[in-house]
Amino acid sequence: MTPAYVVRRIGFYVLICAITLFFAIPMLWIASAPFDSSPGLGVRWPDWTLDNVRKTLSHPYALHSMVNSLIICVTTAAAVTAFAALASYALSRVRLPGRDALLYGLLLLSSVVTGTAAMVPIFVMMFQLGLIDSRFGVALVMTGGLLPAAIFILKDFVDAVPKSYEESARVFGASTGQILRDVVLPVARPGLATIMVWAFVNSWGNFLVPFLLIRSIELQPGAVLLQTFTDEGGSANLTVIPVFSLLFSIPVVVLYLLVNSRYGFRFHGGIKS
Amino acid sequence: MRRISRLTPPALLGAAALVLLTGCLGSSDSGSGDQDANRNAEATKVELTIGANSVKGGKNSAGATFTQDVLIPKFVEAQKAKGVDVTVKFQGDGSDDEVYKQKLSLDLSNKSGPDLINIDGIWVGEFAQAGYIKPLTDTVGDAAKVDEWDGWKQIPESVQQLGMFEGRRYGVPGGTDGRVIYFNKKLFQQAGLPADWQPKSWADIIAAGQALKKLPGVTPIQLNGGTAMGEATTMQGVLPMLVGTGATINTDGKWLGNSAQIREVLDFYKQIYGSGLGDPVLQREAKGRDKSFAEFAANKIGILFEGDYFWRSVVEPKEGVAKMADRDTAVGYALIPASKPGAGVKGQDFVSMSGGGATAINPNTKFPQQAWELLQFMNSAEMVEAGLDGAAKITQRTDVNAKVLAGDPMLNFVATKVLPITQYRPGLAEYPRISAALQQATADVVGGKSVDDAGKAYETAVEAAAGGKDKVTTN
Amino acid sequence: MSATTEPVPGRPARVRGPAQDVAGLGIGRAFGFVAPALLLIGAFLVFPALWTIYIGITNYRLTGVEAVSPSIVGLSNYTRALNDALFHNALWLTLLFVLGSAIIGQNFLGFALAWTMRRARPVVRRTVEALVLLAWILPSTVVAYLWIAFFDRDTGTLNSILGTQGTAWLIEYPMACLIIFNTWRGTAFSMMLYSSALQAVPPSQLESARMVGASGWQTLRDVVFPHIRGHVLTNTLLISLWTANDFSPFLLTKGGPNHESETVPVYIYNVALQGGELGYSSAISFLLLIANLLVALLYLRLLRRRS
Repeated sequence: MTPAYVVRRIGFYVLICAITLFFAIPMLWIASAPFDSSPGLGVRWPDWTLDNVRKTLSHPYALHSMVNSLIICVTTAAAVTAFAALASYALSRVRLPGRDALLYGLLLLSSVVTGTAAMVPIFVMMFQLGLIDSRFGVALVMTGGLLPAAIFILKDFVDAVPKSYEESARVFGASTGQILRDVVLPVARPGLATIMVWAFVNSWGNFLVPFLLIRSIELQPGAVLLQTFTDEGGSANLTVIPVFSLLFSIPVVVLYLLVNSRYGFRFHGGIKS
Repeated sequence: MRRISRLTPPALLGAAALVLLTGCLGSSDSGSGDQDANRNAEATKVELTIGANSVKGGKNSAGATFTQDVLIPKFVEAQKAKGVDVTVKFQGDGSDDEVYKQKLSLDLSNKSGPDLINIDGIWVGEFAQAGYIKPLTDTVGDAAKVDEWDGWKQIPESVQQLGMFEGRRYGVPGGTDGRVIYFNKKLFQQAGLPADWQPKSWADIIAAGQALKKLPGVTPIQLNGGTAMGEATTMQGVLPMLVGTGATINTDGKWLGNSAQIREVLDFYKQIYGSGLGDPVLQREAKGRDKSFAEFAANKIGILFEGDYFWRSVVEPKEGVAKMADRDTAVGYALIPASKPGAGVKGQDFVSMSGGGATAINPNTKFPQQAWELLQFMNSAEMVEAGLDGAAKITQRTDVNAKVLAGDPMLNFVATKVLPITQYRPGLAEYPRISAALQQATADVVGGKSVDDAGKAYETAVEAAAGGKDKVTTN
Repeated sequence: MSATTEPVPGRPARVRGPAQDVAGLGIGRAFGFVAPALLLIGAFLVFPALWTIYIGITNYRLTGVEAVSPSIVGLSNYTRALNDALFHNALWLTLLFVLGSAIIGQNFLGFALAWTMRRARPVVRRTVEALVLLAWILPSTVVAYLWIAFFDRDTGTLNSILGTQGTAWLIEYPMACLIIFNTWRGTAFSMMLYSSALQAVPPSQLESARMVGASGWQTLRDVVFPHIRGHVLTNTLLISLWTANDFSPFLLTKGGPNHESETVPVYIYNVALQGGELGYSSAISFLLLIANLLVALLYLRLLRRRS
């Protein structure tokens, strides 16, 4: 143990501590404010109370909006994962004509968020399709928006799955369906899980799409409801917001923990191009 | 990696699609204009929806609660007595006004949306121009039926402007408000100023500010400025000052450019923020307006320009966001003076600005007659009073005001002294950008630019917003 | 595509990548697999995007006369954008935002985390990674509140830590705040990508670098970087595009004060909603898309130079 080594070790831990603090400190608010008797915009040791929780739970739409969020985002995450999995597998293993151009186009599209300007076309289209005021319609639009990036990322997962597995399965006479179900799917599962969490998280926070496409407040997800917590003058209602923020974050965190403990949450093969 | 280098450029995605798109914008069909106004008039099973930007437990919670729990059941009951089975739904949004407006516009442009729509008074013009709403007499079909409603007699002419465009009634106004000058009597006493202060000119305001400046830790004047406060800058700051110079922002369809009056207003901002009579940082802060309320309540601001909302909901002793237990003795109020006596719009000595909402009927409603009935019911004396739920607030109806404002001298002051001299904003589609240009001009001045430079930049912005030099006057 | 650079062991190296129909899918079924995704993307992304391009050459508005009868104004929205000082301002701020928070912030912090966490104890590693990921997965509306509270002028955490009560960070240094915020928010992606990339660096090479006494920096430059160069470029591209199109600055500052943090997506939103000018905002959206395209092309050039 040379002194230089000790210094390096100390430096290393100081760095780790600094990074940890950088990531942890902004999150303290959501741990303290929900339980503070007079929640403000600062972080302090709370004057403990459960009043805010009680008030939030008795809010006429709070819990229901969570259910709506779940319905919308589970649908979205499932659709994104399923469609992206199929597409990325086909793109990875079969040289379809125009594939490269397609991948390149997807890459570009992955950055095109369905922004404000595109809301007019989307609304008109959904209106013509009769999908206004429908949680399913919202999920469809979100799925369309998330798919390009999902396919792009997932294709690299699939590329990294050694083809030898499929080949040997084939040598033993497995059908294509069997290979996909019993060989490819299990190997690609961590990747699929990661994409699912990613899609879920991205749709969970989306405000504009559900706001515009859903009419009844009873069907609005939490992200929309969170925007309505203000008083007459438009100031934020800090009794409800912290607790609701906390509740609203739980499903995302739980999903992540679940996926992380089962599959490990990481980019399996890594994205290179 | 080499694979990608061989890419063909992104496929030319479809010129054909563009052809498809053309014609999808705007409401190109012609059929809906002349629907039978008496459609379904005799129906015994009726469904109506009320749309508003309020929601239980959130934005304007009281309004949503009243509509859902009192108004709708009472209306349903009244109709049942007539043998009509009505279902009324409340479609509350409770989000930012801009996104609510976008959502409503999208709905209305697709000939859908709630049957009764609650909109800000300044949207009436642009919604009317877009054909989203029609004059009540057109929608209801029978002019006499609309004009003879006895409610109109109770709504002052000036307030009716809220629901009007080009001289025709598009909606029934909801409550209104008025802007005044508030001042802290305790600080005034310390500075040797009178408790019944009523400035006669802008110079009087500056003089009072200079007296207040001598007090330690006190910001003399809060006149909303800058872009962070958004419409609050225009409504509480620029426009009341502008009408005090005798000009209005839009005259005969032309917007006011870099004129002497605009520069006069900007110079007033300069006098306040360039010489320590106001706090420039506050004008830049995202929560600057809330903060100014808190500072006023904490006796740190001497003079503040606000609407009656400030009295009712901000410094209100029990429920206000910045409570002042001694509001009734400590807070004084005065009319906003013109720059000089008689220099205001229409030669007035004192001026004000007002805003408020209106409720219109969706021209594409299935039940126009029943919607009109519901609209009248909503604005009946009984319901307007019930909607206040015991609170004192300026309503659209004189009879209700007389009853509910009797106990509140301040609101009574607004209803009787301010409303007769007040002005409303022009409800035109260009207004939001003109308003933004005004906010920007004050931001420039507060930030230290010269009045001339700010005025020039404003001129450019107004020309762009109005759509050409010919739509701007610099008189 | 690991197979391109590193042939699967035991198999002859191939010129072309992994496209090899090992499961016997066949072109027909492959098309069937891709079709649902393409259909959805076409309907909800490409079609609205094309429509937006069309709106961009009209004077369409949300309300008012132009809402009923918009007219084609040709390229005047584009010429207006070229002369629009606020748009220039937005472009410049977006560039700063991408450079500061994505290219420098997320990239470097992400790599540093991936590099240091390799050798850290599992418990340390798991905690740090969980925190970084938590920042990434929390809903953006919630995150906005967290950071508004963090930067608050009166009771904010930052002011309490630094003892600088009364400093309105979001007013005085809005862009710096946004850059720090976005670095915090998005580092997880780079961290995950780099940590899986680093696994591809052969340990033997790192070992020999240490044997010859190479410094940490030399090791990184000469041994590690050549292996992960593709990752670096892809990562930089993806996070740059995402950051350039990110709307969350609006939630923190609404573009203020006085447009000082109004990046292009925020500007588009303000033009579309506050001004109701959908024609102009669509034109700017299209310009943003073109900018994305240019960045992507630059990336392709860099990749090409490599091979």
